[in-house]
Amino acid sequence: MKTSSRNIVLLCAFFMIGAFFVPFWKIILEAPQYPEGLEMKIWLYKITGDVDKINGLNHYIGMKLIHEDEFPEFKIMPWALGFLIAFGILGAVLRIRSLIWAWVGSLAVAGSVAFYDFYQWLYDYGHNLNPHAAIKVPGMSYQPPMLGYKQLLNFLAGSFPDIGGYLVIVAALGIVGVALYEQLYRKD
Amino acid sequence: MKKIRLILVGMTLIALVGGSFTSCKPKKVDSLMAGDAAQKVYVAPGKFDEFYFFTSGGFSGQLGVYGLPSGRLLKNIPVFSQDPTTGWGFTEESKPMLNTSHGFVPWDDSHHPELSKTNGEDDGRWIFINGNNTPRIARIDLSTFRTVDIIELPNAGGNHASPFCTENTEYVVGNSRFSVPLEGRDDVSITTFKENFKGAATFVKVDPESGKMSVAFQIVVPGFNYDLAHAGKGVSHDWMFFTCYNSEQAHNLLEVNASQNDKDFVMAVNWKKAEEMIAQGKGKKIPARYMHNMYDEKTHSATSTEEKEVIVIMAEEMPGLVYYIPCPKSPHGCDISPDGKYIVASGKLAATIPVFSFEKLQKAIESKAFEGEVAGIPVLKYDQVLAGEVQQTGLGPLHTEFDDKGFAYTSFFVSSEIVKWDLEKRVVVDRAPTYYSIGHLCIPGGDSHKPSGKYVIALNKITKDRYLPTGPELTQSAQLFDISGEKMTLLLDFPTIGEPHYAQAIPAEKVVKNSKKFFKIEENANPFAAKSEAEAKVVRSGNRVDVYMIAIRSHLNPDNIEGIKPGDEVYFHVTNLEQDWDVPHGFAIKGANNSELLIMPGETATLKWIPNRVGMFPFYCTDFCSALHQEMQGYARVSPASANVPLSFSGGATAADSK
Repeated sequence: MKTSSRNIVLLCAFFMIGAFFVPFWKIILEAPQYPEGLEMKIWLYKITGDVDKINGLNHYIGMKLIHEDEFPEFKIMPWALGFLIAFGILGAVLRIRSLIWAWVGSLAVAGSVAFYDFYQWLYDYGHNLNPHAAIKVPGMSYQPPMLGYKQLLNFLAGSFPDIGGYLVIVAALGIVGVALYEQLYRKD
Repeated sequence: MKKIRLILVGMTLIALVGGSFTSCKPKKVDSLMAGDAAQKVYVAPGKFDEFYFFTSGGFSGQLGVYGLPSGRLLKNIPVFSQDPTTGWGFTEESKPMLNTSHGFVPWDDSHHPELSKTNGEDDGRWIFINGNNTPRIARIDLSTFRTVDIIELPNAGGNHASPFCTENTEYVVGNSRFSVPLEGRDDVSITTFKENFKGAATFVKVDPESGKMSVAFQIVVPGFNYDLAHAGKGVSHDWMFFTCYNSEQAHNLLEVNASQNDKDFVMAVNWKKAEEMIAQGKGKKIPARYMHNMYDEKTHSATSTEEKEVIVIMAEEMPGLVYYIPCPKSPHGCDISPDGKYIVASGKLAATIPVFSFEKLQKAIESKAFEGEVAGIPVLKYDQVLAGEVQQTGLGPLHTEFDDKGFAYTSFFVSSEIVKWDLEKRVVVDRAPTYYSIGHLCIPGGDSHKPSGKYVIALNKITKDRYLPTGPELTQSAQLFDISGEKMTLLLDFPTIGEPHYAQAIPAEKVVKNSKKFFKIEENANPFAAKSEAEAKVVRSGNRVDVYMIAIRSHLNPDNIEGIKPGDEVYFHVTNLEQDWDVPHGFAIKGANNSELLIMPGETATLKWIPNRVGMFPFYCTDFCSALHQEMQGYARVSPASANVPLSFSGGATAADSK
């Protein structure tokens, strides 16, 4: 493995460490009365932003309260990412290509599981509504989008990676690039 | 035939002569309307005004807030008067704010808003306003636009020369328009006016951090009618200037008897010297009863404290403290140029404006250029202090403000106009009519060290034919003029709430940056706050019933209360649990003899209700808060004392969740 490849892998691992200190994902809501928008920031281990305001509004449609304690994921995700980072650093230090591939594989698995889980939560919040809710629109569910914008009654909901998410995406692309480069151009 | 011709010639002659009579009627000066006036005052929907414009509410006792240049009304801040819209002066929490040594005085006559200053510039922290009737000064916090501090002034009658502040808001002042004898010695014959009646130049200290006011000292001065004041700045920093009329000391038919002397006075007070004298123990404490009321943002409650004494200094016993400058014909306004070098006083029956020089004042004092003494106070020689007079102004000058280009703008009540003149050359350069009978005028920062040169606003007493008629009682008005060019051009007329005696304007950004959006519920220290649904309850002790109620979109909790009896004192302590901007809730109950409540997010307010009959009393949210605002309601059941209905209540959200 080339020294520059190793450095890139280390850099990618470093990027991922950054994801501990910034929000990972964000959900934004805009409405006529909220031109400035409401934001919910999802970190690896907590939720910040206008959660109380969003909960206050959601009670009209009977959505469950969003509460950090509800999510066991917040206990698991930091460890999972930590493990991935350690794994990557090990591969880089030992300069073993197969380890890098294994890392790419575990990233893909972890990413898929995370998105599937995210989807489950969104589905649950969007569909599992209190039957006594004040506002009931027949056939209407309130599942926010996975990525991009979606109109939900008077709210335009958006879902996008935040800084942490982008850091991990950039890192993942970097690692895949290194693995491919090493595979295709370095036959040692 | 000849006769007819004669008649024709005669008629032609009469027509010619008549025509020339009417054509020799002098033309009125029309106000210059800017062709693009509409564009200049148009603030597009959703855009902000450039300035906040605070106008005194006059006999409404309140303070109006408008935007400039649009003239749009933003708010009417309750200060000295009860306000059923917000519950000000009606809620248990705010009632102590209107307490005075005369008891509860739910009204006043508020004249002069004064923005707090730092280094002579408006700083946007607080605005003060005087209560003229029952002498008081109020401080309004500009982060909440609420009255947070009201102090009563002892030994005063008609606190008109108030609440003008020194360069760093060290003091705001007050003084008697109606001189009265000192407290405790005031049951005397009115004919002993000269002997017993006194003015009280009051210096109210303002804490530089908290803004809390306290009466530092009063300088007891001869019993004239003290009218207006302004503090020196820069070179004249240590001085405060008051105008006074009725140096005749008339006590009846003042219209005639107080207009006899050719000159009354501008009173110059060296307040730094007063501080020194007090530090040397030259002041004396005398008994005086006055109230100091403070509103606490954490408890959302006011407390009223009785003060029992005040430090006074007798002006005539303290040489070097007070001087009188003669000033023609019942002076009214007293305004200091931005650099502090000139004192412009306006005799309201005069046709010239005297401009006094601070430098000459100092020299005159040094060389003892006195023309005599009045009640033990030296009177300086007019021409030894005068820098010059502005001639051919108009009739009845009242007030002067300044721009950033060396011009002064004086209002003329009698001739109903604003006259612009050159401060150094003291010549008139422009005049503009006002509609009608202007009192004060306002330039943003116009009494400060750094005036803006953009607008002057005329504050008119009479509007007559300027607006659609509204019966005998008509509005007062403000008129906005562009002063950025050589000529004043009229841009806009707009009506005001109450009489806008004086007004001050400040660039919006100085205020916006401090503006509060809501109160944090976790900081709410009101003893009757219910800070969550779980804390909602009803408690009886004797005939007192305390309802700890919460309001949140879209329910009140408790929402049904039974077991109340006629004559019970029921206190609805309503806490708004919202933590978002612009989500107030209201509260009202049928038959309330006081008002409604308007509760800001995170705040607690209390309405006292004494039901006087058996029945069912609906209560509800009055501020359309949400889609289910109409559902925000409940009932209070009042049963006969003999009925033995136990006290019980049900809760909104708790009930819904347990379904």
